[in-house]
Amino acid sequence: MINANLKNSYAADERVLNNTYKQMFVYGMMIVLALFTFFANDYMILIASQMGILLIAVVGINILTGYTGLVSLGHGAFVAIGAYSVTIFANLAEGIIPAGVMPFFAMPFAVALAALIGVLVGLPSLRVKGLYLAVATLAANFIVIFLIEEDLFQPWTGGMVGLTTHAPNFFGWVLDTKREMFGMIAVIGFLALLAAQNLIRTRIGRAFIAIRDRDYSAEILGISLLRYKLTSFALSAAYCGLAGALLAYFFARILPEQFELTLSLNLVAALIIGGMGRSMGPVFGVIIVVLVPELIKVLFSSAVGGSASAAQFRAPLQEIAFGLLLVLFLLKEPLGINQIVDRILRAANRWPFARG
Amino acid sequence: MLNIENLHLSFGGIKALQGINFEAREGEITGVIGPNGAGKTSLFNVISGFYAPGQGRVSFGGRDITTMSPDKRAALGVARTFQNIALFRGMTVLDNIKLGGHTRLQTNVWQALRYFGAAQREELELRREIEERVIDFLEIDHIRKFPITMLPYGLQKRVELGRALAMRPKVLLLDEPVAGMNREETADMARFILDVQEQFGTTILLVEHDMHMVMDICSHIVVLNFGQQIASGTPAEVSKDPAVIEAYLGAAA
Ligand SMILES: Nc1ncnc2c1ncn2[C@@H]1O[C@H](COP(=O)(O)OP(=O)(O)O)[C@@H](O)[C@H]1O
Ligand SMILES: [Mg+2]
Repeated sequence: MINANLKNSYAADERVLNNTYKQMFVYGMMIVLALFTFFANDYMILIASQMGILLIAVVGINILTGYTGLVSLGHGAFVAIGAYSVTIFANLAEGIIPAGVMPFFAMPFAVALAALIGVLVGLPSLRVKGLYLAVATLAANFIVIFLIEEDLFQPWTGGMVGLTTHAPNFFGWVLDTKREMFGMIAVIGFLALLAAQNLIRTRIGRAFIAIRDRDYSAEILGISLLRYKLTSFALSAAYCGLAGALLAYFFARILPEQFELTLSLNLVAALIIGGMGRSMGPVFGVIIVVLVPELIKVLFSSAVGGSASAAQFRAPLQEIAFGLLLVLFLLKEPLGINQIVDRILRAANRWPFARG
Repeated sequence: MLNIENLHLSFGGIKALQGINFEAREGEITGVIGPNGAGKTSLFNVISGFYAPGQGRVSFGGRDITTMSPDKRAALGVARTFQNIALFRGMTVLDNIKLGGHTRLQTNVWQALRYFGAAQREELELRREIEERVIDFLEIDHIRKFPITMLPYGLQKRVELGRALAMRPKVLLLDEPVAGMNREETADMARFILDVQEQFGTTILLVEHDMHMVMDICSHIVVLNFGQQIASGTPAEVSKDPAVIEAYLGAAA
């Protein structure tokens, strides 16, 4: 084969995995993930589950920020809405909906509610852009956390104390180990990534990108800014809501402080590092965002040998390292790791006929 | 086909358009000329719905569209290109052109997320149509996978025309399609515009500075100066009009 990109039909040309390297990569990853689920140790399962949950949320941010060009600093709110609503729904519907099918109702409810509130939060995007929109979404994050902690709703939300989420039960199969839970997260995460990729290659995704690149031009092609900006908000909120539902199931315990500004910023940071508006950007970004603090933890404790007085410096150190990483990417590779990988793949694609 | 009646538009103190009246007749190429700042682009912006006129009416196929939003006008069949190229720079040529088909496609969010089935059928059908009707037609086969940023100016203009054609427009507004082009590129573009009119019967409204091209390919010409319509008629009539010679041809000569 001279070039892995040669095609002989439009259908082949329009495929997501439109060259053999991408196919090999994805099939390879599926095998690795399956093996991982069975053979990884508990610590690795914990880390990978966090990545999977975060990935789903960052895929949502990618739709909104990467493809539609709308910045949100408040999407942690939708993760909260997903986590709380999946739990509260199950608590309220207990006895009405059989336990063995509860997730089939609770999860769609959580996702739909997040999407609905996403539309509301997206309304300012029709008037304001950039920094102003970021501030408006930031406010949404504070409001949601405030409401969760509010005394009035405490009977349902548990206020500052939080809630306990029951393990999901699929027709009697209770996912009561982290390993089983990881299996579920991996499958849903994979499907979520694929669905986003599908979206982007159809008229809906093209409309998002058109709005990002030049909104007035999008309008003269018949794209309603109102409709597509709100659709983008709804979809990204739905993804974050789904991530929230899985997060509640996985940790079995939710607290308002898990969903504050730090989470919202982490989602955006992961996307910037991984690559905005690039299909694999969220994957690369999430790996870094979860691994770097973990590495610092390991390095730090081996350096100070578990001294309690030194331990207080760990958290700030993690944040500084994280901030530096982000600045480095913004300056040196604003298109993220996805771009670096693309360059390598392009070179591999031409090899051995050319170099570069 | 496209009727402009007594159109007025002002920006604060600047009167950009003052009582414009003409019709772009079905299947014909109508030219709009005038010196810089005459109000040509403003006229296009009113027709495509970006500016609301202070007074007057725009109607299309007998229907009043004066207050309709730009995306709804597009769905009716009003397409345009911009004086400063307005392509989507983050996309390939193919994706830019596909966007022209947006309003004709039906795929909803659910179908898009699944892709297989309805969305795939529609996408492949669109691809086939664009390949035949736009990419072959404009002779841009060799660049269909190129990002816009890699193309020279003349080709970008052609791709923008392609994106408008993919809308299967009933009326096509072209704002200075050959500005900044060399003689050869200009001749190519003029040929494509004539081909569009002949093959698809599209009604065309053309703003252009290149007098030769306008005289050559338009059947009717409207002349603007400082927001006022100083003449209108066939190329022969307009080029003999003393007011036109004074305001425009005289200045250019
Ligand atoms: N958005 C705007 N705001 C203020 N003035 C404008 C705007 N658009 C155009 N104008 C003014 O309207 C007049 C006509 O401009 P334009 O329609 O671009 O002319 P042309 O396309 O014929 O060169 C000019 O005086 C210009 O400065
Ligand atoms: Mg102009």
